[in-house]
Amino acid sequence: MRGTAAAARRVARRIEVGGTVQGVGFRPFVYRLGREMGLDGWVRNDGGLVVIEAAGSADAMRRLSARLRTDAPPQARLRQVRIGAPAGDAPMHGSGFHVIASAEPPRSGLDDRPGLVPPDLATCAACVAELFDPGDRRYRYPFVNCTDCGPRATIVDGLPYDRAVTSMRRFAMCRACTAEYRDPADRRFHAEPIACPACGPELTWQPAGGHGAEGGEPALRAAVALLRAGGIVAVKGVGGYQLVCDATDEAVVARLRTRKQRPVKPFAVMVADLTAAGRLALVGPAEAALLASVPRPVVLLTARPDRRLAATVAPGTDTLGLLLPAAPLHHLLLHDLDRPLVATSGNVADEPIAVDDAEAVDRLAGVADGFLGHDRVIRARYDDSVARVVAGRPSLVRRARGYAPAPLGLPIAAPEPLLAVGAQLKHTFTLARGSTAIVGPHTGDLQQQETMTAFTDHLAHLTRVTGVEPAVVVHDLHPGYLSTQYAQTISVRRIGVQHHHAHVASCAAEHGITGRYLGVAYDGLGLGDDGTLWGGEVLLADLRSYRRLARFGRAPLPGGAAAVRRPARMALGYLFGAEAFDDTSLARAGRLAAPFLARLPPLEVATVRRMVAAGVNCPQASSAGRLFDAVAALLRVRDDAGYEGEAAAALEALAAGHTGAAPLPWRLATRDDLVVYDSAPTLLTLLEALRDEAAVGLLAAAFHATIAAMTVAVCSDAAAEHGTSTVCLSGGVMQNQLLIEALVTGLSAAGLTPLVNEQIPANDGGISYGQAAVAAAQLQDG
Amino acid sequence: LGHGGGGLLGSELVECLFLPAFGTAELAAAPRDSVVLEVGGVRLAFTTDSYVVNPLFFPGGCIGDLAVNGTINDLAMSGATPVALSAGFILEEGLDMAVLDRVARAMGAAAKNAKTRLVTGDTKVVERGHADGLYVNTSGIGLVAAGVHIGPERARPGDRVLVSGAIGEHGVAIMSVRSGIEFGTTIRSDSAPLGGLVAELLAAAPQIHALRDPTRGGLAASLCEIAAASRVGIVLDEAAVPVPEPVAAACGFLGLDPLHVANEGKLVAFVPDAQAEAALAALRAHRYGAGAAIVGTVTDGHPGVVVGRTPLGATRVIDRPLGEQLPRIC
Ligand SMILES: [Fe+3]
Ligand SMILES: [Mg+2]
Ligand SMILES: [Zn+2]
Ligand SMILES: [Zn+2]
Repeated sequence: MRGTAAAARRVARRIEVGGTVQGVGFRPFVYRLGREMGLDGWVRNDGGLVVIEAAGSADAMRRLSARLRTDAPPQARLRQVRIGAPAGDAPMHGSGFHVIASAEPPRSGLDDRPGLVPPDLATCAACVAELFDPGDRRYRYPFVNCTDCGPRATIVDGLPYDRAVTSMRRFAMCRACTAEYRDPADRRFHAEPIACPACGPELTWQPAGGHGAEGGEPALRAAVALLRAGGIVAVKGVGGYQLVCDATDEAVVARLRTRKQRPVKPFAVMVADLTAAGRLALVGPAEAALLASVPRPVVLLTARPDRRLAATVAPGTDTLGLLLPAAPLHHLLLHDLDRPLVATSGNVADEPIAVDDAEAVDRLAGVADGFLGHDRVIRARYDDSVARVVAGRPSLVRRARGYAPAPLGLPIAAPEPLLAVGAQLKHTFTLARGSTAIVGPHTGDLQQQETMTAFTDHLAHLTRVTGVEPAVVVHDLHPGYLSTQYAQTISVRRIGVQHHHAHVASCAAEHGITGRYLGVAYDGLGLGDDGTLWGGEVLLADLRSYRRLARFGRAPLPGGAAAVRRPARMALGYLFGAEAFDDTSLARAGRLAAPFLARLPPLEVATVRRMVAAGVNCPQASSAGRLFDAVAALLRVRDDAGYEGEAAAALEALAAGHTGAAPLPWRLATRDDLVVYDSAPTLLTLLEALRDEAAVGLLAAAFHATIAAMTVAVCSDAAAEHGTSTVCLSGGVMQNQLLIEALVTGLSAAGLTPLVNEQIPANDGGISYGQAAVAAAQLQDG
Repeated sequence: LGHGGGGLLGSELVECLFLPAFGTAELAAAPRDSVVLEVGGVRLAFTTDSYVVNPLFFPGGCIGDLAVNGTINDLAMSGATPVALSAGFILEEGLDMAVLDRVARAMGAAAKNAKTRLVTGDTKVVERGHADGLYVNTSGIGLVAAGVHIGPERARPGDRVLVSGAIGEHGVAIMSVRSGIEFGTTIRSDSAPLGGLVAELLAAAPQIHALRDPTRGGLAASLCEIAAASRVGIVLDEAAVPVPEPVAAACGFLGLDPLHVANEGKLVAFVPDAQAEAALAALRAHRYGAGAAIVGTVTDGHPGVVVGRTPLGATRVIDRPLGEQLPRIC
C-alpha cells in the first residue's frame, strides 16, 4: 500500500542504458550505487542494453541518473540513456536492490540499436598482482580475470552477455568462484569468464609431431624451455594462435621467416613493460599511453639504434612494432623468459590467424616446434591490432583485438540496417543501424580462400549476435573485388560507393563532419567512377556525394598488378608513358634515365617499352602510391616490394633523417576541368640530382616535401573557391608518417583544418566504415 | 561496350539482355558450348561462333582453321561427333583476294583434318573501315550417341579434373604478334580439333560428367562456370597445371595469369575418380592430348568457388578475368 507520506515522495523510474555496457562491470556498478543510495529495485542485462527499474526519493533518483554517467566503470561507453516509467509495478518499498536474471530477446525499448559485443580487455593491474602473488589462489593461473579485464568478444556466442552464452559455459564454477561471482562487493561480481585453477580452463602442451602429454604448469614450463632453447612455439592467445620465439636470437627469427614464408615484412615484438619497450624504441608519453592502453595494440615506434634485437626482426626499416602483454599467459611467458619475444600471427603467409586447436596443429605443423594451447574455445577470430601515434594522437593501422567490435558513431544515421562489405585487401566489413556502426575485425586479403571464409564466418556471427539484419548492402565500384562479388549474391538493395569517397568519408564520419569538406585520398589504387584507376585525388565532398577537383597525372601500370609488386616497372611506366602536359615530359628524360635503365635487365626494359607503346595490359592510374613506388625505384631504394607498401616505407625511412628539405619543382596543369599534378618536373629534377650524386636520403625527404607543398597549394585554392576549410586526409599513402605530419603542419599553417583517421585505419581497413557512412547519408536523403 | 573478354561481363550480357529478349529455355540453362536438341529421335548438337581475331595470321594458325576447329570443339564438348559445318564471311571492301584464298584453304584443310565437311555458307561485303579485314562465323551440327550425358551442371564432388595439355599458348601467341613483343622463343597457337580426342576419351571413360574447351577467359573461366553451374567447389593443384616455360615467362612479363589466357586446342574434363586414370591414359595416347594431366578435384565445400592450392600451401580464390585487367591491389 502506498498510503504513507514517505511513499508519496517516492519516485519510480525505468532507465535503459545503451552502448558498451555489458562485459565491463556495469551491472555491479549499478548494484553498488543502488545499495549505497538505499534504492529499491533491480538491474539486468536486456538484449544489448542494461535496464534498471528503481524507486527512491526524487533526489536519490536524480543523483542515480547523473552518477550513471559520471562514475561509470572505465571500460563502459554510454551511448544513450532513456528514462521513463517502470514497465510494470514500481519496486516495493524496502524490497532492496538486486541484480536479476537477464532478459532474452526480443528486446524492449531501444530495440532499433544493435546489440553490442564488448571487445576483449587486457589483464588489469589487480589481476597481474594476483598472478605473481604466491599467496593468492590464482598464483600463476593463466586465465585470471575480473570485471575490469579478460576475454569478451573472442568468447561470446550471443547477447545478453552472460557466462551461459560464452565458451566459459562448459566450466562449472567451483564454490570459491561462485562466492566471488555472487558477492556485489567483490571485484569478480558477475565477471562472466571467472575461473581458477580448481574449476577453469587449463593449459595444454603438444610438441611438434608428438602427443599432448602435459597440462597446467608443466605445459608452461615445457614451452618456456623450448623457447629458451631457441625454438618456435605456437601460443594460443586471446583471439587466435600466435607464433612466438626469442626476439634476440638471430637464428630462430631467420628460421621463423623461412617457415612462415614471410621473407621481409617486420615482426611484432612483445615486451614485459614500458621500461623494456624503452630499451628497444623511442617511447614518448603518447606512445607509452597507447602501449599500456586496455586494447594493447602493437604500437609502431622508431627503433633505437642500440636495440638488442635480432636484425631480421624488422629488416630494412627503423620502425619497430612493440606490444605489452594482453593476457595472463603472455605475462607469465615474458616473466619466465625475461627477454623480448617475437609475437606474430599464427598463420602461413597471408592466411588468417588460426583459432581452432586441431586446425592450428595442422596448419602450423611445419612452422612451430611446439603448441601451447588450452581448453577455452575461441569463438571469434581476432588478430592483434596495430596502432601508431600521428601528430600526437593515437591512430589505428589495423583494427582488431581490443577495439573491434566496439561501436562507432555515424554522423548521419542509417534509416535502414545495412552491411558494408569493404574492399579486397586488409578486409573489414561494417554493420550499421541507426547512428551505430559496428566494424568487424581485420581479416586480410580476400583472395585467400581462408580469409574469405573468415569474413563470412565473422559476418554470420556478428549479424546473429548484434541482431542487425541488413536491408541494404554497400560495396566498392570495383567489379573484381571478391567483396563486391559477394555483395551481388545477397538479394537486398545494393549501393555502390566509390573507393576514395569511402576513404575520405571514413575520416569525415569519425570526426562527425556532416557538411562539405575537402577530401584528400592518397592511395595505391581504387576504381574511379570513370573506369580508370584512381589514387591521387582531391575531392569536394560531403557524406552523400563528391566531385573530383584534382588528381595526380596518370601513368601506365605495365602488367597491372605486376607493376605494383615491382616498383622498378612502375618507374619504367612513368618514364615511357606518363601523361604528358608539355614538351618537358619525361619521355625527354633521355640520358638522365640511362643509368636507371642500364641497371635493369635489358629484356625487361625492352618488353615494358613495347607494352606501354602497344597498350598491352597497361591500365592507367592517377595514383599517389604508385608515384612513391616509382621514386623509390628511381632512387635505388627498392626495385621489388616484398609486401604491400614496402618501397614507400623504405623511402620514408630514408627521408626521416633529413628534416627541413626543400621541395623539388612541381607543376599543376588543367585537364578536363581538373587540376592535375604533373610529376615530370619533380622526377626530372630527381634524376638530375642523382646524376650530380646528391644524397639519396635528402632527395627522398625533398620528394615528401614536394608532395606536401603541392597538396597544400591545391587545397588552399580549392578551399578559397568552395568556401570550406575542413580537409579530410585518408587512403593508404596517409600511413606515411612523414607525409601526414607535413600535411597537417602545412594545411594548418595555411589556415585550414586538417583531419586524419584515428579510430579507423586510413588504409583499406577503413573502407567499409566509409561505405556505411556514405550509404547511410544517401538513404537518409531518400 | 567492353564485353569481349570472355569473363564476367560476357555472361552478364546473356543473362541480362539476350535471355529476356529471346525467352528460350535452352539459353536459360547453364552456359554450354553447344546445345543438344531431340529431333525425330536423334540427339543433335548445335552451335555457332564468330571469329574476329586480329591479326588474321599468327604462329600456329589463322582465323580460318580457328573458326573450323572452334566450332568442332564446341560440338565435341557436348560429346557430339561433328556432322557438318557452315561458314559465313563478312569481308571489308578492298580485301586482298589472296588473303581470302589462304583463309578458305586453311578452313578446307582443317575440316578435312577433323573428318568433317563445310556444306553451306554466305558472304557479305561491307564498306571500307566497317570491318577489320575479315570476320568469319561458323555453325555446326553433330550427333550425340545414346547414353552420353555431358553438361556443365553435371560435375559431382569427388570428380577429378583433367586438362588435355599445356595451357596458355594461343592467347600468348596472339598477344605476342599483336604487340610486337618477342619473348625469345616463338610461342605457337595450339589450335586443334578435339572431336577425335573426345571420342577416345568417351571410350575409355564413358561416365564423363563435364567437358569444356577453355577458350576466352582461359582455364579459370571454364572452371568457374562449371563450379557455378554444378554448385560444387573445385580445388586446383596449381603446380600440376601444365604451363610451358615460355608461356610462364611471357605471362610474367605481361602481368597475366596463365589460367586466364585463351586456348584453342585443349579441353578440361570432369571425370568420376574411378575412371580418372583410364581417362588420363586415353588422353595421353592421342596426338592432341599428349600433355594431359590431372589438375584438381571437385569438393562439396565452398560451392561455386574455385580455389587454387599453391606449392607453398596457401590457397587463393581463382575467379574469371574481368573485361579489362584491373589490379585489385590497393
Ligand atoms: Fe584504398
Ligand atoms: Mg565457343
Ligand atoms: Zn582483472
Ligand atoms: Zn574456481
